[in-house]
Amino acid sequence: MEPTSHTFTANAAAGLADPTLQRALGLARTGFPLKRAQAVARLPEFEALRDEGRAIKDHVLAHLDFYLELFEKNVTAHGGQVHWARDAAEARAAVLGICRSVGAKTVTKGKSMIAEEVALNEHLEANGITPVETDLGEYIIQLRHEPPSHIIAPAIHLMKEQVADSFRAAHTDLPAERPLADPQALCEEARAVLRPRFLDADVGITGANFLIAETGSSIIVTNEGNGDLTQTLPRIHIAMASIEKVVPTLEDAATLLRLLARSATGQEFSSYTTMSTGPRRPGDVDGPEQYHVVLLDNGRSKLLGGEFQDMLRCLKCAACLNHCPVYVAVGGHAYGWVYPGPMGSVLTPALVGLAEAGDLPNASTFCGRCESVCPVKIPLPKMLRHWRERQFAEKLTPQTVRTGLSLWGFVARRPRLYHAAAAIGARLLAWAGRGRGRFRSLPLAGGWTRVRDMPAPQGRTFHQLWAERQRQAGR
Amino acid sequence: MSAARDDILGRIRGSLGRGAVPAETAVSLAARVAAHRRNLVPARAAALAATARIDLFVTMAEEVQTTVARVAASAAVAEEVARYLAAENLPAELVMAPDPGLDAMGWETRPMLRIRRGKAEPGDMVSVTPCLAAIAETGTLMLVSGGDTPTTLNFLPDTHVVVVRADQVVAGYEDGWDLVRARAGADPAAWPRTVNFITGPSRTGDIEQRIQVGAHGPRRLHVVVVDGAAAGGDG
Repeated sequence: MEPTSHTFTANAAAGLADPTLQRALGLARTGFPLKRAQAVARLPEFEALRDEGRAIKDHVLAHLDFYLELFEKNVTAHGGQVHWARDAAEARAAVLGICRSVGAKTVTKGKSMIAEEVALNEHLEANGITPVETDLGEYIIQLRHEPPSHIIAPAIHLMKEQVADSFRAAHTDLPAERPLADPQALCEEARAVLRPRFLDADVGITGANFLIAETGSSIIVTNEGNGDLTQTLPRIHIAMASIEKVVPTLEDAATLLRLLARSATGQEFSSYTTMSTGPRRPGDVDGPEQYHVVLLDNGRSKLLGGEFQDMLRCLKCAACLNHCPVYVAVGGHAYGWVYPGPMGSVLTPALVGLAEAGDLPNASTFCGRCESVCPVKIPLPKMLRHWRERQFAEKLTPQTVRTGLSLWGFVARRPRLYHAAAAIGARLLAWAGRGRGRFRSLPLAGGWTRVRDMPAPQGRTFHQLWAERQRQAGR
Repeated sequence: MSAARDDILGRIRGSLGRGAVPAETAVSLAARVAAHRRNLVPARAAALAATARIDLFVTMAEEVQTTVARVAASAAVAEEVARYLAAENLPAELVMAPDPGLDAMGWETRPMLRIRRGKAEPGDMVSVTPCLAAIAETGTLMLVSGGDTPTTLNFLPDTHVVVVRADQVVAGYEDGWDLVRARAGADPAAWPRTVNFITGPSRTGDIEQRIQVGAHGPRRLHVVVVDGAAAGGDG
């Protein structure tokens, strides 16, 4: 999809003003964080596992070339094939080439953020192949022609009534007056509609939560079982993954799996964790005849060795989204591309450019909740700050902000000047606001006073009060 | 595509500020992989003796809407399956994995059960499969694909019944990996195409985050634990 991250401010305002979206986000605000907290509380080793998870990923990133080569060698040893893709276009071409080699007409898809990143569905459709999303949330947004608004709950921005409307509009062969009032009925309908699609598909495409170097396997983690039907029934299974998904051993995967479900949905373990290695074996009576892995770089290799390398530890669990006060206020679509929330605000500028996505690193209060819940301890606020610094250095920040920051920086680096200026300012504002004790509007502070009053200071600065108390205490 | 491969590996090395991994580092990395060293394994299941481990498996499985029945011997499995199907108002008709480990489960005592052996077909309502292991830590079943254990049995039918010998209940995922490795040996062709960890029936929370059981996979997952069963068949 074409990013609209540059209109984040307008997108966010629209999200805040959308009452249905706000109702949907209201459900998200409490659900995921509570379940995660309960799951974490049940596992005394959780903190230690976070440290181990971080160490495993750091080890992989430092030797990424080695593990990718080992992975490829073992995929090949089991009869599968790896396709390396430098960018989105190469990944799309690889998938299309495989589909065409068997004259595929329909393709079922398990949930894959990499497929979203490379805009695979549009490409397949343009080439006469019908992609069918099978994850319930992905299916809903495919019917609505919307991008996902969350990396593990793609339809989190919708209420059940909207889903019912979409189903009525799409499933015209079903009785118009059938009841679709509750999630159970919607779920049943999706199950019934999608079952024949699973059985008819020529190719099944999934993502991969992990790639295992020692065995050449891909692992998917789902709850619905759609990913398993997608990769078991068709003749061909294609797994799409970015290069940093590789881990050395099954033991390493086990550690990361213990972190993943708890951080994502608050489950002890997702319903289905499935490891696939190569195509069906001689003697097998089901399973795909071909197994392909499309390995996507798309700018990630550039992040190694620099200030954004830590981002490549990401397990795509969405805990940072679920705990972000900005995300749960404005919703995922405001971020304007595939990855929303704190992880998206770090990753998107790296993948689509800072000029397009420069607003995203600024859409943060630096409250730090994202880092505190990240299963692999990615320092998200620090990296958001790196983007802001880079934005400033590359002169991408608006001139008013640059001037303001330069002025503030000049004063802040000179303590005497700063204290004097602050003392004058505090006294001036206290005098000006002496009547009401607050300001309805204030020059240069419109961003604040447009939506709330600014309290008037009482006349003296913190430093003055501090010095006075120190004197009173006789120090 | 090999140009892309070389480019990507080259970019990775460039960003990391080095060439290909030096030979001695490669040796130590290969040794790390070959060692299969376990990372931290939670004490929850690892610290338990066999009986308590089975109890933990049952508790954790039931927490995620798996139903569990325990029978005293293999010969009683058929009776339990028949009972379960009747109690759930399901037809007395099932598709069962061809695995020989399921042969001697007392099926002859239940002639009314119609049993087909093989992979699942559309329309099959109930499947019965063995498993390779059951993982106590999270109440998880571990199943591997093979000619005798087709993967479609685990996902197509509405109801999935899994027979677990008590001695198959292990503590953690790592114990399961060891079993897969031991089974496959050094032969890549003996490594299963699919390993399924299954923890409860299929579910989704994609609509208003309200959990619905029975999304695309089985609506019901029933486990029959055979207490005191000796190993028979390779599961």
